[in-house]
Amino acid sequence: MHQTLLLRSPAGPAAPLGPLTVFLATARLDITEAFRARWFHFYALVFCGLVGVLLGFGLTESRVMGFQGLSRTLVTYTQLAMAILPIFVLISTVRTIAGDREAGVYEYMLALPIPLSVWYAGRFAGRFAGRFVVSVLPVVLALVIAALWGVANGVGVPWRHLALDIGLLVVLIWCFLGISFLISTLTRSADAAQTVAFVVWIVLVAALDLVLLGLLIRKQIPAEAVVGIALINPLQVFRTGSMLLFDPQLVLLGPAAWTLFDIFGERGFLIWAFVYPLLLGLLTASLGAIIFRRSDLS
Amino acid sequence: MIRIEGLRKRFRGAVVVDGIDLAIPAGQRMALVGSNGAGKTTLIRCLLGEYHYEGRITVDGLSPHGDRAALLMRTAFVPQLPPPLRMPVSELVRFVARVSGVDPRAVAAIAERLSLPLEPIRSRAFNKLSGGQKQKLLVAIALARDVDFLILDEPAANLDPPARAALFDLMAERGDATMIISSHRIDEIAGLVNRVVELDRGRVALDDHVVETLAPDRLLRCEVRLGAQEPVFARAALDWGLQPDDSGLMWRGAIPAPDRLRFLGFLTRYSALIVAIRVEEHEHADASP
Repeated sequence: MHQTLLLRSPAGPAAPLGPLTVFLATARLDITEAFRARWFHFYALVFCGLVGVLLGFGLTESRVMGFQGLSRTLVTYTQLAMAILPIFVLISTVRTIAGDREAGVYEYMLALPIPLSVWYAGRFAGRFAGRFVVSVLPVVLALVIAALWGVANGVGVPWRHLALDIGLLVVLIWCFLGISFLISTLTRSADAAQTVAFVVWIVLVAALDLVLLGLLIRKQIPAEAVVGIALINPLQVFRTGSMLLFDPQLVLLGPAAWTLFDIFGERGFLIWAFVYPLLLGLLTASLGAIIFRRSDLS
Repeated sequence: MIRIEGLRKRFRGAVVVDGIDLAIPAGQRMALVGSNGAGKTTLIRCLLGEYHYEGRITVDGLSPHGDRAALLMRTAFVPQLPPPLRMPVSELVRFVARVSGVDPRAVAAIAERLSLPLEPIRSRAFNKLSGGQKQKLLVAIALARDVDFLILDEPAANLDPPARAALFDLMAERGDATMIISSHRIDEIAGLVNRVVELDRGRVALDDHVVETLAPDRLLRCEVRLGAQEPVFARAALDWGLQPDDSGLMWRGAIPAPDRLRFLGFLTRYSALIVAIRVEEHEHADASP
C-alpha cells in the first residue's frame, strides 16, 4: 500500500524563494560541477605544477639573494599567468551559456523557479570561484609557504607587492570571465563561442606592448593610438601593472608601458590596473546578462 | 486559468506557432497532440517563459516573463528530452529542493512508485542513467511538487509499461492541478484528459472538449467489424464490455461517453485488423446496450 501522504511536499505553492538562496544554490551547483570536471583537475595540476616548480627555484635562489629571488619568481609566475590565465578562463567559460543552451539544459533547469538574472549571477560567481581556486589559490598557498620560509630565515617579505600581484591576478580572472560570459551569450553554439574566444585572445595578445612597438616603427602609427590601445587592452594593463610592482623603471617593458607610466605615475597606473579590468568585466558580464534575459533560452 | 491570445513564434522568419488562442480553465486536463513540428514543444516553452513571443500569455494573471519566478513556483515541468546533466542524482534532487521547496522525501516516494529506488543511484551522474530512469526521476520531481500547473511533454516516452501505468495513476491522483500533456499517443493519455487540442503547423486544428460535448451519464453504441479473429483484441474488447457475434468478427456494445477518447485510442492499436467502426450516441447509462 502506498503512503500517499508522502507523495506531495507538505507546503503548498509558495512564494518564490529569496534571490540569495537561489543564487547560492546555483553558485554551489556550478562549483561542485567544476570540481568534478576533468578539465578542472587538468588545469589545477598545470597551475599547481607551475607554482611548485617556480617556488622550488625561488626558494633556492633566495638562499643566495634573499627574498628578491622569490619576488622574481612571482614576477615569472604572473608573466606566465598572463599568457595562460586569459585563454584558460576564456576556453573553460565560453561554453557556459552557449553550451548549456545548445545541449538543452535550460529547457529543464530554467523551468524551475529561478529568476534569470539570479541564475546568471550564480553561474558567474560559481565560475569565478572555480577559476580562483585553480589559478590563484596555488599561488596564495605557495606564497604563504614562501613567506613562512622567509620569516623563519629572517628575510623580509614584500607583503605589499605580493598582495597587489595576487589582486591583479584576481581582477584579470574577473575581467576575462565577464568577456567570456558576453561571448557565450552572443553565440548560439559552443563551437562558435570557443572560436570567438580564441580570436579575442589572439587579438589581445597581438595588441600587447611589444607587438605594438613593431607597428609603431613600421606603420608610423601615432604614439597616442598605441598608448590608447595599450591602455584598453586588459592583458597589457595587467602586464604593466604587475611589472610595475617589481620594476618601477619598466626597463623590461616596451614604449607604450613606459609612456603610460609616465602619464599616470605608479599609484595612478595601479589604480587603473585594478579599476579598469574590474569595470570591463562588470560591463561585459552585465551586457551578457541583458542579452541572456532577452534571448530565447533553448 | 491559462489564457493564450494570438500567440505567434517565429524562428529566423519561419513561423512555428501561428496565432494560437486558447483558454484553459483551472483544473482542466488538456492533451496537446500533433505530429512532429506541429508546435507543441514551442507552445510549452512559451508558456514556461523560455521563448520570447508575439501575443499574450497569462497564467492566473501572471506573465511567463514578467512574473517568471512566481509562475514557475506554481508550475512543474517534465521535458520530452532529459537534460544532459552531469551532476549526481542526489545533487539534482537537492538543488531542485532548494530552489523550489519540494521535499526530497516526496520525490523519493514517487520515484519508488515508478519503480526507481533513489538510494542505489544517488551518487550516479544523471546523464549516466538510462533513458527510462532519467524520465522517472524528472516525473517524480515534477509530481512531488505541490503546484497548480503540470506541464508534461511526452512524459511516458521512455517508460516501460508498468512505469507508464504507475505514471498515469499518479497523474490521475493529481485531480486538482491544471495539466497540459503533450503526446504523440492520444490513446495513452485519453483517460486522463478532458480536452484534446491538436496542433498542425502551428495552428489549432482541433479543440475537443470531451466532457462538454458528452454528458457523463450517456452511452455510446459501438460496432466494430474485424477482418479476422484476433484473441488479443477479443480479450481487450471483452474488457470494454463488447460482445462478439457468432462469426467472431462483429463486436457490439456500449461505452460511457466520457470514455470515448480512451476507447478510440484502444481501437487505434488494432487499426490493421479493423475494417469498419460505428460509434453513435445512445441512451442514458441505465438503458440496455
